[in-house]
Amino acid sequence: MNVNIRIEHALKKYGDFVAIPDLSLEIRPGEFFTLLGPSGCGKTTLLRMIAGFNSIEGGDFYFGERRINDLDPAKRNIGMVFQNYAVFPHLTVRKNVEFGLKNRKLPKEEIREKTDKFMKLMKIDEYADRLPEKLSGGQQQRVALARALAIEPDVLLMDEPLSNLDAKLRVEMREVIKEIQNRLGITTVYVTHDQEEAMAISDRIAVMSNGVIQQIGTPKALYQRPANRFVATFIGRSNVMEARIYAENGEKGLEFKGGFRQPMHNLGDVQNGQPVVVSVRPEELIIKGFGNDVRSAIKAKVVYSTFLGLNTHYMVEFEDGGRAEIIQESQIDDIISNGTVIDLGVNAEKINVFTEDGLTPLIV
Amino acid sequence: MIRKKGFNFWVIASLAILALYLLFMVYPLFKVMSQSVIDADTGGFSLRYFKQFFSQPYYSGTLINSFKVAVSVAIVSLVIGVPLAYFYNMYEVHGRKTLQLLIILSCMSAPFLGAYAWILLLGRAGVITQFIQNVFGFTIPSIYGFKGILLALSLKLYPLVFLYVSGALKNMDNSLLEASANMGCTGMKRFLKVVLPLCMPSILAAALMVFMRALADFGTPLMIGEGYMTFPVIIYNSYVGEVGTNHNFAAAISVIAIIITLFFFLMQKYLSNKYSFSISAMHHVQRKKASRLGSFFIHLFAYGMVALSLLPQVYLIYLSFRETSSAGIVFLDGYSLKSYQQVFSNMGNVIWNTIRICGSALVIIIVLAILISYLVVRRRNMINGLIDTLSMIPYIIPGAVVGISLILSFNNKYMPLVGTATIMVVCMCIRRIPYTIRSSVAILSQIPISIDEAAESLGAGRVKTLVKITIPMMLNGIFSGAIMSWVTLITELSSSILLYSFRTQTLNVAIYTMVSKGADGRACALSTILMLFTVISLLIFNKFSKDGEIMM
Ligand SMILES: Nc1ncnc2c1ncn2[C@@H]1O[C@H](COP(=O)(O)OP(=O)(O)O)[C@@H](O)[C@H]1O
Ligand SMILES: [Mg+2]
Repeated sequence: MNVNIRIEHALKKYGDFVAIPDLSLEIRPGEFFTLLGPSGCGKTTLLRMIAGFNSIEGGDFYFGERRINDLDPAKRNIGMVFQNYAVFPHLTVRKNVEFGLKNRKLPKEEIREKTDKFMKLMKIDEYADRLPEKLSGGQQQRVALARALAIEPDVLLMDEPLSNLDAKLRVEMREVIKEIQNRLGITTVYVTHDQEEAMAISDRIAVMSNGVIQQIGTPKALYQRPANRFVATFIGRSNVMEARIYAENGEKGLEFKGGFRQPMHNLGDVQNGQPVVVSVRPEELIIKGFGNDVRSAIKAKVVYSTFLGLNTHYMVEFEDGGRAEIIQESQIDDIISNGTVIDLGVNAEKINVFTEDGLTPLIV
Repeated sequence: MIRKKGFNFWVIASLAILALYLLFMVYPLFKVMSQSVIDADTGGFSLRYFKQFFSQPYYSGTLINSFKVAVSVAIVSLVIGVPLAYFYNMYEVHGRKTLQLLIILSCMSAPFLGAYAWILLLGRAGVITQFIQNVFGFTIPSIYGFKGILLALSLKLYPLVFLYVSGALKNMDNSLLEASANMGCTGMKRFLKVVLPLCMPSILAAALMVFMRALADFGTPLMIGEGYMTFPVIIYNSYVGEVGTNHNFAAAISVIAIIITLFFFLMQKYLSNKYSFSISAMHHVQRKKASRLGSFFIHLFAYGMVALSLLPQVYLIYLSFRETSSAGIVFLDGYSLKSYQQVFSNMGNVIWNTIRICGSALVIIIVLAILISYLVVRRRNMINGLIDTLSMIPYIIPGAVVGISLILSFNNKYMPLVGTATIMVVCMCIRRIPYTIRSSVAILSQIPISIDEAAESLGAGRVKTLVKITIPMMLNGIFSGAIMSWVTLITELSSSILLYSFRTQTLNVAIYTMVSKGADGRACALSTILMLFTVISLLIFNKFSKDGEIMM
């Protein structure tokens, strides 16, 4: 139990198409690790390489010290949970959960005992003798999870296990998964394209795009210090604004279009006049007031607003036609009416700055 | 893939199956082709059999006749089968399940038996003919020749159209119908503009199937054709040789037949590609209540068709209980079980032959079909792709041609199979297996690969996964396919009639040989027994299949 997973220079090709060019990562023992990325970025491909269902065109895969590249999937001691549940429809819930244990040729009592334990854990013991078709999607996924866990695998692999469930069940099941994983402390690789789900459930997340890992980090790190523009916009919401660096009299900062200057204390290696992109989350845009001088604020016009109770969202338009979203804690005053020109500032500690191509962070 | 274990098992299975196909199908077909261009007298290359065929209207006319029969039967079957399927699936019909069972039942006997019964009913001395003659004083037109063939075959084959089109209609999404109704397209217009095009792939497939069967049917023309010769008859004649056997000539006709069926197969493929789209219903079609008059018409049509097509079989059952002369060949007044006594005392071996030959064929077909579909779907590679293609060839080879090809190939001292039960089993396997493979492939394709992977990640090897997970999941579908196979096997005639010997005579062959000589109580008893087999099989099928879905 509790192995770490190490992948070094993994290469995956489907014919001539390179799905994963060169990928390395390390997953810690007992960690809940998530592969997150838009559909088609290669998450499933990587997971199936770990599981042994995909061929590996290059690189090395290790569970602990053991290289598993050529190990039969049946011998990797993995538990796998699929998007479409993949419960065996012709076997009862109990038989499903038993299946892996029987393949290990364990003694009868032990099989029974473990089956009972995991059915109870997943709260499906009352359906033990039913066929899966009589169960709801959530219950079927519980069966699949119990079945995967019953063999006490070294590694638990899950490929979008919640995407076939409705929104409410999805939230409920992700709590279940998180809690069980915590309790058993089993190294888990989880695949999803839903960033909110990934944030809620993971210890660490690897954000992928086009077969390449963009960033690995805790949910907090990814949200607050994204490594590039892709991560900034993929995780949570970000307004991307163009700006230039100014460096005068020992002071460094950002000069936005229109001339507003924001001093910054955490900029790394930058040059005066260098064009950059600034990623500002909606809650990092601050409404400072109305009718100030253009040098002391970013001017924007409210296009429309949405009142959501706790927060109020404003869609604003800059003078150059670009748009941005602002989230403000709802005030007791009136909502700013459409068409009003407002003055904006930014939360300098929180915003992120990247080189013009969006690939390199400039905050240190 | 990375696995090394189990590698050998699958490769060996692939190679073994390939070898079987090469030996029992490719080689025989090659043999037919080569024999067709070899002069029996000189042993050299010659096209004289083709010349003979095309220069003598007696022979070449059969081609036109066959063609006329097949096209007409296909059209009539569509005209009956498509509306029937439409009504059955769109409207409330009383006794749905029974109706479907009866429709299926009416296509589950050899066509020649229908022809035989129609002769007894409407023929020159037929009971209906004489009844009308006596009561109304006029003679109904003769049913011998083309008309009779058309009647017997259409009533036997329209159920295939019904089943295919029903399948398509079941897969149609109700919202499509609702959407077209929303846009003001209803009734007949909707049937023509929406329903028909959506069912077109199935209609074309059904049309091809009916066409092939009608083309290849051998018993009906002989029975009721009275000189209206079709090409399977010529093949048969030139093989059994009323005027001296001529294998090479039979081979030449076979080659011509294959070319024709191939042409129609390709045409069907081309047409259905144009119409191909995948539809899968989320909301099944809601059956409506028809208006009073409409409902009356629908029931009259549906049950009328069923009654008409079952009439021959019912009449044969009736005859089987009639008193007969001691030889069994003349019906007398009164009723008795004499025909059955004669059958059971003299022909027990025929029943046993049927069970043993068709049973072995069935087992082999199922095992091979599972294995082949698994290889084709789950372990796609060049060899398995080749097997896939090869396994489809018998679709377009008429039964008589399969028979001839086997005879030509295994009539030697190395593999003297002619006259054995083996050759009949082989023939049945070759003819039936494409259907079973198709249905197995369809079932297997619907099982997500993740099921296999789940089993594997839980420590089950590939073979174990196949045996414990995949096959049990396929079982329901395989079972319904198997019963259909069984029924087709026990009613097979066009190749058995060429291959059977005194020791391997089956029920259907026995019936044929008897009725071809005239009225016969024993034949009626045998056909009733055969029908009983069929009915029992269908009832078992109905009991076990989940949705009554028939896999042809
Ligand atoms: N079996 C396959 N053959 C060819 N290309 C594939 C195959 N599986 C996936 N791909 C391609 O690899 C890329 C990554 O796919 P996948 O791993 O399924 O993405 P994700 O799970 O992140 O949505 C996609 O471009 C996809 O089209
Ligand atoms: Mg995926």
